[in-house]
Amino acid sequence: MNTVIAVENLQKSYAGSRVVDGVSLNIRRGECYGLLGPNGAGKTTTLRLMLGLIDPDAGNLSLLGHAVPRHAREARLRIGVVPQMDNLDPDFTVAENLLVYGRYFGLHDAEIEARIPHLLEFANLTSKRDAKVPTLSGGMKRRLTLARALVNDPDIIFLDEPTTGLDPQARHLIWQRLRELTAQGKTLLLTTHFMDEAERLCHRLAILDQGRMIAEDTPRGLISQHIEPQVVEVFGEGVSAWAQSHAAKYAQRFEVSGETAFCYVSDAQPLLEHLLGHAELRYLHRPANLEDVFIKLTGREMRE
Amino acid sequence: MNTQFYTLPRISLRFVPIWKRHFLVWRKVAITSILGHLADPVIYMLGLGYGLGSLLPEMGGTSYMLFLSAGTLCYSTMNSASFEALYSGFSRMHEQRTWEAILNTPVTLDDIVLSEILWAASKSLMAGVAVLLVIWLMGMSHTLLSLWVIPLALLLGLCFAAVGLIMTALAPSYDFFMYYFTLVITPMMVLCGVFFPVAQLPLVLQQVSQLLPLTHAVDMARPLLNNSVPQNAALHLAVLVAYTLAGFYVALVLFRRRLSK
Repeated sequence: MNTVIAVENLQKSYAGSRVVDGVSLNIRRGECYGLLGPNGAGKTTTLRLMLGLIDPDAGNLSLLGHAVPRHAREARLRIGVVPQMDNLDPDFTVAENLLVYGRYFGLHDAEIEARIPHLLEFANLTSKRDAKVPTLSGGMKRRLTLARALVNDPDIIFLDEPTTGLDPQARHLIWQRLRELTAQGKTLLLTTHFMDEAERLCHRLAILDQGRMIAEDTPRGLISQHIEPQVVEVFGEGVSAWAQSHAAKYAQRFEVSGETAFCYVSDAQPLLEHLLGHAELRYLHRPANLEDVFIKLTGREMRE
Repeated sequence: MNTQFYTLPRISLRFVPIWKRHFLVWRKVAITSILGHLADPVIYMLGLGYGLGSLLPEMGGTSYMLFLSAGTLCYSTMNSASFEALYSGFSRMHEQRTWEAILNTPVTLDDIVLSEILWAASKSLMAGVAVLLVIWLMGMSHTLLSLWVIPLALLLGLCFAAVGLIMTALAPSYDFFMYYFTLVITPMMVLCGVFFPVAQLPLVLQQVSQLLPLTHAVDMARPLLNNSVPQNAALHLAVLVAYTLAGFYVALVLFRRRLSK
Protein backbone atom coordinates (compact mmCIF):
# COMPACT_ATOMS: atom_id res chain seq x y z
CA MET A 1 0.00 0.00 0.00
CA ASN A 2 1.51 3.23 -1.12
CA THR A 3 -1.39 5.49 -0.23
CA VAL A 4 -0.32 8.08 2.33
CA ILE A 5 -3.45 10.23 2.33
CA ALA A 6 -6.86 8.58 2.14
CA VAL A 7 -9.98 10.70 2.28
CA GLU A 8 -13.44 9.25 1.96
CA ASN A 9 -16.66 11.19 1.59
CA LEU A 10 -15.50 14.11 3.72
CA GLN A 11 -18.19 16.57 4.76
CA LYS A 12 -18.19 19.81 6.71
CA SER A 13 -20.87 22.47 7.09
CA TYR A 14 -20.74 25.91 8.67
CA ALA A 15 -24.02 27.52 9.67
CA GLY A 16 -26.00 25.24 7.39
CA SER A 17 -23.90 25.66 4.26
CA ARG A 18 -21.79 22.76 2.99
CA VAL A 19 -18.20 23.93 2.71
CA VAL A 20 -16.81 20.48 2.01
CA ASP A 21 -19.32 18.17 0.38
CA GLY A 22 -18.31 14.57 -0.15
CA VAL A 23 -14.63 14.92 -1.03
CA SER A 24 -12.80 11.61 -1.60
CA LEU A 25 -9.21 11.24 -2.68
CA ASN A 26 -6.21 8.96 -2.41
CA ILE A 27 -2.70 10.34 -2.62
CA ARG A 28 0.35 8.15 -3.12
CA ARG A 29 3.79 8.52 -1.64
CA GLY A 30 5.99 10.85 -3.67
CA GLU A 31 3.07 12.41 -5.45
CA CYS A 32 2.46 16.12 -5.83
CA TYR A 33 -1.28 16.52 -5.65
CA GLY A 34 -3.06 19.80 -6.29
CA LEU A 35 -6.37 21.07 -5.01
CA LEU A 36 -7.67 23.70 -7.41
CA GLY A 37 -10.72 25.80 -6.98
CA PRO A 38 -12.10 29.30 -6.92
CA ASN A 39 -12.12 31.24 -3.65
CA GLY A 40 -14.47 29.59 -1.19
CA ALA A 41 -14.34 26.21 -2.93
CA GLY A 42 -13.36 24.51 0.33
CA LYS A 43 -9.63 24.00 -0.28
CA THR A 44 -8.36 25.45 2.98
CA THR A 45 -11.14 23.80 4.97
CA THR A 46 -10.16 20.46 3.44
CA LEU A 47 -6.56 21.00 4.58
CA ARG A 48 -7.69 21.99 8.08
CA LEU A 49 -9.83 18.85 8.28
CA MET A 50 -6.87 16.73 7.20
CA LEU A 51 -4.70 18.25 9.91
CA GLY A 52 -7.35 17.48 12.50
CA LEU A 53 -7.73 21.15 13.40
CA ILE A 54 -11.48 20.93 12.86
CA ASP A 55 -13.71 17.88 13.07
CA PRO A 56 -15.60 16.65 10.01
CA ASP A 57 -19.37 16.17 10.13
CA ALA A 58 -18.93 12.90 8.27
CA GLY A 59 -16.35 10.91 6.33
CA ASN A 60 -13.11 9.07 6.95
CA LEU A 61 -9.62 10.51 6.96
CA SER A 62 -6.35 8.70 7.26
CA LEU A 63 -2.86 10.18 7.02
CA LEU A 64 0.16 7.86 7.01
CA GLY A 65 -2.08 5.23 8.59
CA HIS A 66 -3.23 7.50 11.42
CA ALA A 67 -6.97 8.06 11.69
CA VAL A 68 -7.73 11.78 11.78
CA PRO A 69 -8.97 13.61 13.84
CA ARG A 70 -8.58 10.93 16.55
CA HIS A 71 -4.85 10.50 16.00
CA ALA A 72 -4.18 13.83 14.36
CA ARG A 73 -1.29 14.60 16.73
CA GLU A 74 0.62 11.50 15.62
CA ALA A 75 -0.09 12.38 11.99
CA ARG A 76 1.07 15.98 12.42
CA LEU A 77 4.39 14.73 13.76
CA ARG A 78 5.17 13.62 10.19
CA ILE A 79 3.60 16.57 8.36
CA GLY A 80 4.96 19.99 7.45
CA VAL A 81 2.65 22.90 6.75
CA VAL A 82 3.17 26.05 4.67
CA PRO A 83 0.14 28.16 5.57
CA GLN A 84 -1.56 30.67 3.33
CA MET A 85 -0.88 33.62 5.63
CA ASP A 86 2.55 34.31 7.03
CA ASN A 87 2.80 33.38 10.67
CA LEU A 88 6.53 33.52 11.25
CA ASP A 89 7.63 34.90 14.60
CA PRO A 90 8.45 38.57 13.89
CA ASP A 91 10.47 38.92 17.09
CA PHE A 92 12.94 36.25 16.04
CA THR A 93 15.75 35.87 13.58
CA VAL A 94 15.58 33.39 10.72
CA ALA A 95 17.51 30.73 12.65
CA GLU A 96 15.52 31.31 15.84
CA ASN A 97 12.29 30.74 13.94
CA LEU A 98 13.54 27.32 12.90
CA LEU A 99 14.86 26.44 16.35
CA VAL A 100 11.69 27.44 18.18
CA TYR A 101 9.46 25.66 15.66
CA GLY A 102 11.48 22.47 15.77
CA ARG A 103 10.97 22.28 19.52
CA TYR A 104 7.20 21.96 19.02
CA PHE A 105 7.91 18.59 17.39
CA GLY A 106 9.75 17.43 20.48
CA LEU A 107 13.15 17.74 18.81
CA HIS A 108 16.18 18.51 20.93
CA ASP A 109 18.00 21.78 20.37
CA ALA A 110 21.16 19.99 19.21
CA GLU A 111 19.20 18.04 16.61
CA ILE A 112 17.56 21.19 15.26
CA GLU A 113 20.82 23.16 15.30
CA ALA A 114 22.36 20.40 13.20
CA ARG A 115 19.57 20.69 10.64
CA ILE A 116 19.47 24.49 10.42
CA PRO A 117 22.41 24.90 7.98
CA HIS A 118 20.80 22.45 5.51
CA LEU A 119 17.41 24.09 5.84
CA LEU A 120 18.91 27.53 5.27
CA GLU A 121 20.80 26.31 2.25
CA PHE A 122 17.66 24.73 0.82
CA ALA A 123 15.81 28.01 1.31
CA ASN A 124 18.68 30.17 -0.06
CA LEU A 125 18.78 31.96 3.28
CA THR A 126 22.23 31.04 4.57
CA SER A 127 23.37 34.67 4.53
CA LYS A 128 20.18 35.74 6.33
CA ARG A 129 20.63 33.40 9.26
CA ASP A 130 20.70 36.17 11.85
CA ALA A 131 18.37 38.60 10.07
CA LYS A 132 15.12 39.49 11.81
CA VAL A 133 11.95 38.40 10.04
CA PRO A 134 10.55 41.91 9.38
CA THR A 135 13.67 42.74 7.32
CA LEU A 136 13.03 39.86 4.88
CA SER A 137 11.36 40.25 1.48
CA GLY A 138 8.10 38.45 0.70
CA GLY A 139 9.93 35.72 -1.20
CA MET A 140 12.42 35.19 1.63
CA LYS A 141 9.61 34.90 4.15
CA ARG A 142 7.90 32.27 2.02
CA ARG A 143 11.15 30.34 1.70
CA LEU A 144 11.66 30.54 5.45
CA THR A 145 8.12 29.27 5.95
CA LEU A 146 8.95 26.37 3.62
CA ALA A 147 12.18 25.66 5.53
CA ARG A 148 10.22 25.80 8.79
CA ALA A 149 7.77 23.22 7.40
CA LEU A 150 10.73 20.89 6.79
CA VAL A 151 12.27 21.20 10.25
CA ASN A 152 10.76 17.87 11.36
CA ASP A 153 11.82 16.14 8.09
CA PRO A 154 8.16 15.41 7.25
CA ASP A 155 6.81 12.72 4.92
CA ILE A 156 3.93 14.91 3.77
CA ILE A 157 3.97 18.66 3.16
CA PHE A 158 0.79 20.71 2.94
CA LEU A 159 1.13 23.96 1.03
CA ASP A 160 -1.77 26.38 1.06
CA GLU A 161 -1.29 28.76 -1.87
CA PRO A 162 2.49 28.70 -1.51
CA THR A 163 3.29 31.36 -4.13
CA THR A 164 0.42 33.82 -3.76
CA GLY A 165 1.78 37.36 -3.72
CA LEU A 166 5.26 36.47 -4.98
CA ASP A 167 7.04 37.92 -7.99
CA PRO A 168 7.92 35.55 -10.89
CA GLN A 169 11.54 35.05 -9.79
CA ALA A 170 10.47 34.11 -6.27
CA ARG A 171 7.79 31.76 -7.61
CA HIS A 172 10.21 29.94 -9.85
CA LEU A 173 12.60 29.37 -6.96
CA ILE A 174 9.78 27.93 -4.85
CA TRP A 175 8.69 25.68 -7.71
CA GLN A 176 12.22 24.38 -8.15
CA ARG A 177 12.40 23.58 -4.45
CA LEU A 178 9.06 21.81 -4.47
CA ARG A 179 10.20 19.63 -7.36
CA GLU A 180 13.32 18.75 -5.39
CA LEU A 181 11.13 17.67 -2.49
CA THR A 182 9.04 15.32 -4.63
CA ALA A 183 12.25 13.96 -6.12
CA GLN A 184 13.28 13.11 -2.54
CA GLY A 185 10.10 11.10 -2.18
CA LYS A 186 8.11 13.61 -0.13
CA THR A 187 4.40 13.78 -0.75
CA LEU A 188 3.07 17.25 -1.49
CA LEU A 189 -0.50 18.43 -1.22
CA LEU A 190 -0.92 21.95 -2.47
CA THR A 191 -3.80 24.30 -3.02
CA THR A 192 -3.51 26.99 -5.61
CA HIS A 193 -5.49 29.08 -8.01
CA PHE A 194 -2.55 29.54 -10.33
CA MET A 195 -3.16 27.15 -13.19
CA ASP A 196 0.40 27.31 -14.50
CA GLU A 197 1.63 26.35 -11.06
CA ALA A 198 -0.71 23.37 -10.91
CA GLU A 199 0.15 22.32 -14.46
CA ARG A 200 3.90 22.46 -13.85
CA LEU A 201 4.07 20.93 -10.40
CA CYS A 202 1.23 18.51 -9.89
CA HIS A 203 1.23 14.90 -10.93
CA ARG A 204 -2.49 14.80 -10.34
CA LEU A 205 -5.04 17.34 -9.31
CA ALA A 206 -8.60 17.75 -8.25
CA ILE A 207 -10.84 20.66 -9.12
CA LEU A 208 -13.10 21.72 -6.28
CA ASP A 209 -16.14 23.89 -6.60
CA GLN A 210 -18.58 24.70 -3.83
CA GLY A 211 -17.12 21.95 -1.69
CA ARG A 212 -17.47 19.23 -4.33
CA MET A 213 -14.78 17.53 -6.36
CA ILE A 214 -15.87 18.04 -9.94
CA ALA A 215 -12.85 16.52 -11.69
CA GLU A 216 -9.69 14.60 -10.88
CA ASP A 217 -6.88 13.54 -13.19
CA THR A 218 -3.37 14.38 -14.37
CA PRO A 219 -3.10 17.91 -15.82
CA ARG A 220 -2.86 16.46 -19.35
CA GLY A 221 -5.68 14.03 -18.69
CA LEU A 222 -7.94 16.85 -17.55
CA ILE A 223 -7.15 18.88 -20.65
CA SER A 224 -7.69 16.05 -23.11
CA GLN A 225 -10.79 14.81 -21.34
CA HIS A 226 -12.60 18.09 -20.83
CA ILE A 227 -11.59 20.40 -23.60
CA GLU A 228 -10.74 20.77 -27.29
CA PRO A 229 -6.96 20.73 -27.84
CA GLN A 230 -6.59 24.23 -29.32
CA VAL A 231 -7.78 27.66 -28.37
CA VAL A 232 -7.98 30.79 -30.48
CA GLU A 233 -8.59 33.93 -28.48
CA VAL A 234 -10.06 36.58 -30.73
CA PHE A 235 -10.19 40.19 -29.60
CA GLY A 236 -10.54 43.69 -30.97
CA GLU A 237 -13.16 46.08 -32.28
CA GLY A 238 -16.56 44.42 -32.89
CA VAL A 239 -15.55 41.02 -31.60
CA SER A 240 -18.94 40.18 -30.09
CA ALA A 241 -20.76 40.89 -33.37
CA TRP A 242 -18.21 38.76 -35.20
CA ALA A 243 -18.62 35.94 -32.68
CA GLN A 244 -22.42 35.95 -32.96
CA SER A 245 -22.33 35.54 -36.71
CA HIS A 246 -19.18 33.51 -37.40
CA ALA A 247 -17.69 31.77 -34.40
CA ALA A 248 -20.06 28.80 -34.37
CA LYS A 249 -19.07 27.94 -37.94
CA TYR A 250 -15.38 27.50 -37.12
CA ALA A 251 -15.28 26.49 -33.46
CA GLN A 252 -16.77 23.48 -31.70
CA ARG A 253 -17.39 25.73 -28.75
CA PHE A 254 -16.94 29.44 -28.07
CA GLU A 255 -17.49 31.90 -25.27
CA VAL A 256 -17.43 35.66 -25.26
CA SER A 257 -16.03 37.19 -22.10
CA GLY A 258 -15.59 40.95 -22.04
CA GLU A 259 -13.63 41.94 -25.14
CA THR A 260 -12.47 38.44 -26.00
CA ALA A 261 -14.05 35.51 -27.84
CA PHE A 262 -12.55 32.18 -26.73
CA CYS A 263 -12.87 29.67 -29.58
CA TYR A 264 -12.19 26.02 -28.72
CA VAL A 265 -11.23 23.94 -31.76
CA SER A 266 -9.67 20.63 -32.77
CA ASP A 267 -8.27 22.14 -35.94
CA ALA A 268 -7.57 25.85 -35.89
CA GLN A 269 -6.61 26.20 -39.55
CA PRO A 270 -10.02 27.13 -41.06
CA LEU A 271 -10.62 29.72 -38.31
CA LEU A 272 -7.19 31.26 -38.72
CA GLU A 273 -7.70 31.55 -42.47
CA HIS A 274 -11.06 33.18 -41.90
CA LEU A 275 -9.53 35.65 -39.47
CA LEU A 276 -7.04 36.79 -42.12
CA GLY A 277 -10.00 38.45 -43.79
CA HIS A 278 -10.88 40.41 -40.63
CA ALA A 279 -8.10 42.95 -40.16
CA GLU A 280 -9.94 44.68 -37.30
CA LEU A 281 -9.64 41.52 -35.18
CA ARG A 282 -6.50 40.29 -33.55
CA TYR A 283 -6.02 36.80 -32.20
CA LEU A 284 -3.87 34.50 -30.13
CA HIS A 285 -3.59 30.85 -31.10
CA ARG A 286 -2.41 28.51 -28.34
CA PRO A 287 -2.79 24.96 -27.07
CA ALA A 288 -5.55 24.44 -24.52
CA ASN A 289 -4.38 24.61 -20.92
CA LEU A 290 -5.61 23.90 -17.45
CA GLU A 291 -7.12 27.35 -17.10
CA ASP A 292 -9.47 26.57 -19.97
CA VAL A 293 -10.57 23.40 -18.20
CA PHE A 294 -10.96 25.25 -14.94
CA ILE A 295 -13.07 28.00 -16.51
CA LYS A 296 -15.19 25.48 -18.36
CA LEU A 297 -15.89 23.50 -15.21
CA THR A 298 -16.31 26.32 -12.70
CA GLY A 299 -17.68 29.10 -14.93
CA ARG A 300 -16.57 32.63 -15.57
CA GLU A 301 -18.51 34.39 -12.86
CA MET A 302 -16.60 35.99 -10.02
CA ARG A 303 -16.63 34.10 -6.74
CA GLU A 304 -16.70 36.26 -3.70
CA MET B 1 -23.67 21.50 19.89
CA ASN B 2 -20.23 19.96 19.85
CA THR B 3 -19.55 18.04 23.05
CA GLN B 4 -15.83 17.95 22.33
CA PHE B 5 -15.61 21.60 23.28
CA TYR B 6 -16.48 20.66 26.84
CA THR B 7 -14.00 17.88 27.54
CA LEU B 8 -11.62 18.56 30.42
CA PRO B 9 -8.21 20.04 29.61
CA ARG B 10 -5.63 17.48 28.54
CA ILE B 11 -2.47 18.55 30.28
CA SER B 12 0.94 17.56 28.94
CA LEU B 13 4.53 18.74 29.00
CA ARG B 14 4.16 19.98 25.45
CA PHE B 15 3.58 23.46 26.87
CA VAL B 16 7.31 23.70 27.66
CA PRO B 17 8.56 24.64 24.16
CA ILE B 18 5.84 27.29 23.90
CA TRP B 19 6.81 28.72 27.28
CA LYS B 20 10.41 28.79 26.06
CA ARG B 21 9.30 30.67 22.96
CA HIS B 22 7.64 33.35 25.06
CA PHE B 23 10.71 33.53 27.27
CA LEU B 24 12.98 34.02 24.24
CA VAL B 25 10.81 36.92 23.07
CA TRP B 26 10.86 38.38 26.58
CA ARG B 27 14.65 38.07 26.81
CA LYS B 28 14.97 40.49 23.92
CA VAL B 29 13.13 43.19 25.86
CA ALA B 30 14.13 42.03 29.34
CA ILE B 31 15.67 45.26 30.58
CA THR B 32 12.67 47.39 29.63
CA SER B 33 10.37 44.80 31.13
CA ILE B 34 12.24 44.63 34.43
CA LEU B 35 12.41 48.41 34.69
CA GLY B 36 8.66 48.48 34.20
CA HIS B 37 8.12 45.91 36.94
CA LEU B 38 10.23 48.05 39.30
CA ALA B 39 9.18 51.57 38.34
CA ASP B 40 5.43 51.14 38.69
CA PRO B 41 5.37 49.89 42.30
CA VAL B 42 8.14 52.27 43.38
CA ILE B 43 6.14 55.23 42.09
CA TYR B 44 3.03 54.04 43.92
CA MET B 45 4.77 53.24 47.15
CA LEU B 46 6.83 56.41 47.25
CA GLY B 47 4.09 58.69 46.03
CA LEU B 48 1.18 57.38 48.03
CA GLY B 49 3.27 55.95 50.84
CA TYR B 50 5.07 59.20 51.69
CA GLY B 51 2.23 61.45 50.64
CA LEU B 52 -0.66 59.73 52.39
CA GLY B 53 1.59 57.97 54.86
CA SER B 54 2.59 61.26 56.49
CA LEU B 55 -1.09 62.00 57.14
CA LEU B 56 -1.90 58.44 58.24
CA PRO B 57 0.78 57.39 60.64
CA GLU B 58 -0.69 53.93 61.09
CA MET B 59 -3.12 51.61 59.32
CA GLY B 60 -4.21 48.12 60.28
CA GLY B 61 -1.55 48.06 62.99
CA THR B 62 1.42 48.85 60.72
CA SER B 63 2.96 51.86 59.04
CA TYR B 64 0.92 52.97 56.03
CA MET B 65 3.92 52.34 53.84
CA LEU B 66 4.02 48.66 54.82
CA PHE B 67 0.24 48.40 54.55
CA LEU B 68 0.40 49.82 51.05
CA SER B 69 3.33 47.66 50.01
CA ALA B 70 1.31 44.45 50.41
CA GLY B 71 -1.49 45.95 48.34
CA THR B 72 0.94 47.18 45.69
CA LEU B 73 2.60 43.79 45.45
CA CYS B 74 -0.73 42.06 44.77
CA TYR B 75 -2.01 44.77 42.48
CA SER B 76 1.19 44.83 40.46
CA THR B 77 1.14 41.03 40.16
CA MET B 78 -2.51 41.06 39.05
CA ASN B 79 -1.83 43.72 36.43
CA SER B 80 1.16 41.94 35.04
CA ALA B 81 -0.75 38.70 34.43
CA SER B 82 -3.77 40.54 33.07
CA PHE B 83 -1.84 42.57 30.51
CA GLU B 84 0.06 39.51 29.33
CA ALA B 85 -3.04 37.30 29.05
CA LEU B 86 -5.16 39.94 27.35
CA TYR B 87 -2.99 42.11 25.12
CA SER B 88 -0.02 39.84 24.45
CA GLY B 89 -2.21 36.73 24.34
CA PHE B 90 -4.53 38.33 21.81
CA SER B 91 -1.57 39.41 19.74
CA ARG B 92 -0.24 35.84 19.63
CA MET B 93 -3.65 34.35 18.89
CA HIS B 94 -4.96 36.93 16.44
CA GLU B 95 -2.46 39.47 15.14
CA GLN B 96 0.70 37.44 14.74
CA ARG B 97 -1.05 34.09 14.19
CA THR B 98 1.52 32.45 16.44
CA TRP B 99 -1.08 29.99 17.68
CA GLU B 100 -2.03 29.05 14.14
CA ALA B 101 1.60 28.20 13.39
CA ILE B 102 1.91 26.14 16.56
CA LEU B 103 -1.35 24.27 15.95
CA ASN B 104 0.10 22.83 12.74
CA THR B 105 2.62 20.92 14.86
CA PRO B 106 1.83 18.05 17.25
CA VAL B 107 1.03 20.61 19.95
CA THR B 108 -2.67 21.05 20.80
CA LEU B 109 -4.81 24.02 21.75
CA ASP B 110 -4.95 22.73 25.34
CA ASP B 111 -1.15 22.95 25.46
CA ILE B 112 -1.19 26.47 24.03
CA VAL B 113 -3.74 27.77 26.54
CA LEU B 114 -1.85 26.17 29.41
CA SER B 115 1.37 27.76 28.19
CA GLU B 116 -0.32 31.17 28.01
CA ILE B 117 -1.45 30.86 31.63
CA LEU B 118 1.92 29.67 32.84
CA TRP B 119 3.76 32.35 30.91
CA ALA B 120 1.51 35.17 32.18
CA ALA B 121 2.00 33.77 35.69
CA SER B 122 5.73 33.79 35.11
CA LYS B 123 5.52 37.50 34.32
CA SER B 124 3.52 37.94 37.54
CA LEU B 125 6.18 36.11 39.45
CA MET B 126 8.77 38.54 38.10
CA ALA B 127 6.55 41.49 39.01
CA GLY B 128 5.97 40.13 42.52
CA VAL B 129 9.66 39.50 43.10
CA ALA B 130 10.47 43.00 41.84
CA VAL B 131 8.11 44.57 44.38
CA LEU B 132 9.45 42.34 47.14
CA LEU B 133 12.98 43.51 46.31
CA VAL B 134 11.86 47.11 46.59
CA ILE B 135 10.21 46.34 49.93
CA TRP B 136 13.42 44.75 51.19
CA LEU B 137 15.64 47.51 49.87
CA MET B 138 13.46 50.15 51.50
CA GLY B 139 13.90 48.25 54.73
CA MET B 140 10.17 47.74 55.30
CA SER B 141 10.26 44.01 55.79
CA HIS B 142 13.05 41.51 55.77
CA THR B 143 11.80 38.47 57.51
CA LEU B 144 11.93 34.95 56.12
CA LEU B 145 8.16 34.81 56.26
CA SER B 146 8.01 37.50 53.59
CA LEU B 147 9.53 35.02 51.13
CA TRP B 148 6.14 33.27 51.03
CA VAL B 149 4.78 36.11 48.94
CA ILE B 150 6.83 34.71 46.04
CA PRO B 151 4.70 31.56 45.59
CA LEU B 152 1.67 33.71 46.38
CA ALA B 153 2.55 35.99 43.44
CA LEU B 154 2.77 32.94 41.19
CA LEU B 155 -0.65 31.70 42.30
CA LEU B 156 -2.18 35.13 41.92
CA GLY B 157 -0.65 35.29 38.45
CA LEU B 158 -2.14 31.92 37.48
CA CYS B 159 -5.50 33.10 38.75
CA PHE B 160 -5.61 36.37 36.81
CA ALA B 161 -4.07 34.83 33.71
CA ALA B 162 -6.75 32.15 33.61
CA VAL B 163 -9.59 34.60 34.23
CA GLY B 164 -8.10 37.13 31.80
CA LEU B 165 -7.88 34.57 29.00
CA ILE B 166 -11.68 34.32 29.07
CA MET B 167 -11.68 37.92 27.83
CA THR B 168 -9.05 37.13 25.21
CA ALA B 169 -11.18 34.26 23.93
CA LEU B 170 -14.19 36.55 23.60
CA ALA B 171 -12.42 39.65 22.26
CA PRO B 172 -13.17 40.87 18.73
CA SER B 173 -10.34 43.42 19.02
CA TYR B 174 -8.00 45.08 21.51
CA ASP B 175 -10.60 47.76 22.33
CA PHE B 176 -12.71 45.12 24.05
CA PHE B 177 -10.15 44.84 26.85
CA MET B 178 -10.98 48.34 28.05
CA TYR B 179 -14.21 46.96 29.53
CA TYR B 180 -12.32 44.40 31.53
CA PHE B 181 -9.82 46.88 32.91
CA THR B 182 -12.46 49.50 33.68
CA LEU B 183 -15.14 47.18 35.03
CA VAL B 184 -13.10 44.41 36.67
CA ILE B 185 -9.50 45.35 37.36
CA THR B 186 -9.98 48.94 38.55
CA PRO B 187 -12.91 48.11 40.89
CA MET B 188 -10.82 45.35 42.42
CA MET B 189 -8.08 47.84 43.15
CA VAL B 190 -10.61 49.84 45.15
CA LEU B 191 -12.59 47.02 46.74
CA CYS B 192 -9.92 44.51 47.70
CA GLY B 193 -7.95 46.34 50.36
CA VAL B 194 -5.06 47.57 48.25
CA PHE B 195 -5.06 51.17 49.53
CA PHE B 196 -7.25 50.92 52.67
CA PRO B 197 -8.77 48.14 54.77
CA VAL B 198 -11.84 46.41 53.38
CA ALA B 199 -13.52 47.06 56.76
CA GLN B 200 -13.85 50.73 55.78
CA LEU B 201 -16.29 49.81 53.01
CA PRO B 202 -20.10 49.61 53.42
CA LEU B 203 -21.21 46.15 54.43
CA VAL B 204 -22.57 45.19 50.99
CA LEU B 205 -19.29 46.08 49.34
CA GLN B 206 -17.40 44.16 52.00
CA GLN B 207 -19.41 41.10 51.04
CA VAL B 208 -18.69 41.67 47.35
CA SER B 209 -15.06 42.07 48.24
CA GLN B 210 -15.01 38.59 49.79
CA LEU B 211 -15.93 37.11 46.41
CA LEU B 212 -13.03 38.74 44.60
CA PRO B 213 -9.73 36.91 44.26
CA LEU B 214 -7.55 39.97 44.84
CA THR B 215 -8.97 40.36 48.38
CA HIS B 216 -7.79 36.90 49.30
CA ALA B 217 -4.33 37.53 47.93
CA VAL B 218 -4.02 40.81 49.84
CA ASP B 219 -5.22 39.09 53.02
CA MET B 220 -2.33 36.65 52.64
CA ALA B 221 0.37 39.09 51.56
CA ARG B 222 -0.22 41.68 54.27
CA PRO B 223 0.45 39.48 57.33
CA LEU B 224 3.32 37.73 55.55
CA LEU B 225 5.08 41.04 54.99
CA ASN B 226 4.33 41.99 58.59
CA ASN B 227 5.97 38.81 59.83
CA SER B 228 2.85 36.96 60.90
CA VAL B 229 1.08 33.85 59.64
CA PRO B 230 -2.11 34.69 57.73
CA GLN B 231 -5.44 33.64 59.18
CA ASN B 232 -7.79 31.50 57.09
CA ALA B 233 -4.94 30.71 54.73
CA ALA B 234 -6.70 27.58 53.45
CA LEU B 235 -9.79 29.58 52.49
CA HIS B 236 -7.74 32.22 50.69
CA LEU B 237 -5.77 29.63 48.79
CA ALA B 238 -8.92 27.70 47.92
CA VAL B 239 -10.54 30.80 46.41
CA LEU B 240 -7.47 31.57 44.29
CA VAL B 241 -7.16 27.96 43.12
CA ALA B 242 -10.88 27.80 42.32
CA TYR B 243 -10.70 30.93 40.18
CA THR B 244 -7.64 29.54 38.41
CA LEU B 245 -9.22 26.20 37.56
CA ALA B 246 -12.58 27.65 36.57
CA GLY B 247 -10.91 30.35 34.47
CA PHE B 248 -8.71 27.82 32.70
CA TYR B 249 -11.64 25.59 31.86
CA VAL B 250 -13.99 28.34 30.69
CA ALA B 251 -11.26 30.03 28.64
CA LEU B 252 -10.31 26.73 27.02
CA VAL B 253 -13.90 25.93 26.05
CA LEU B 254 -14.26 29.40 24.54
CA PHE B 255 -10.98 29.11 22.63
CA ARG B 256 -12.00 25.69 21.28
CA ARG B 257 -15.22 27.19 19.99
CA ARG B 258 -13.54 30.27 18.58
CA LEU B 259 -10.82 28.37 16.73
CA SER B 260 -13.15 25.71 15.32
CA LYS B 261 -14.63 28.30 12.98
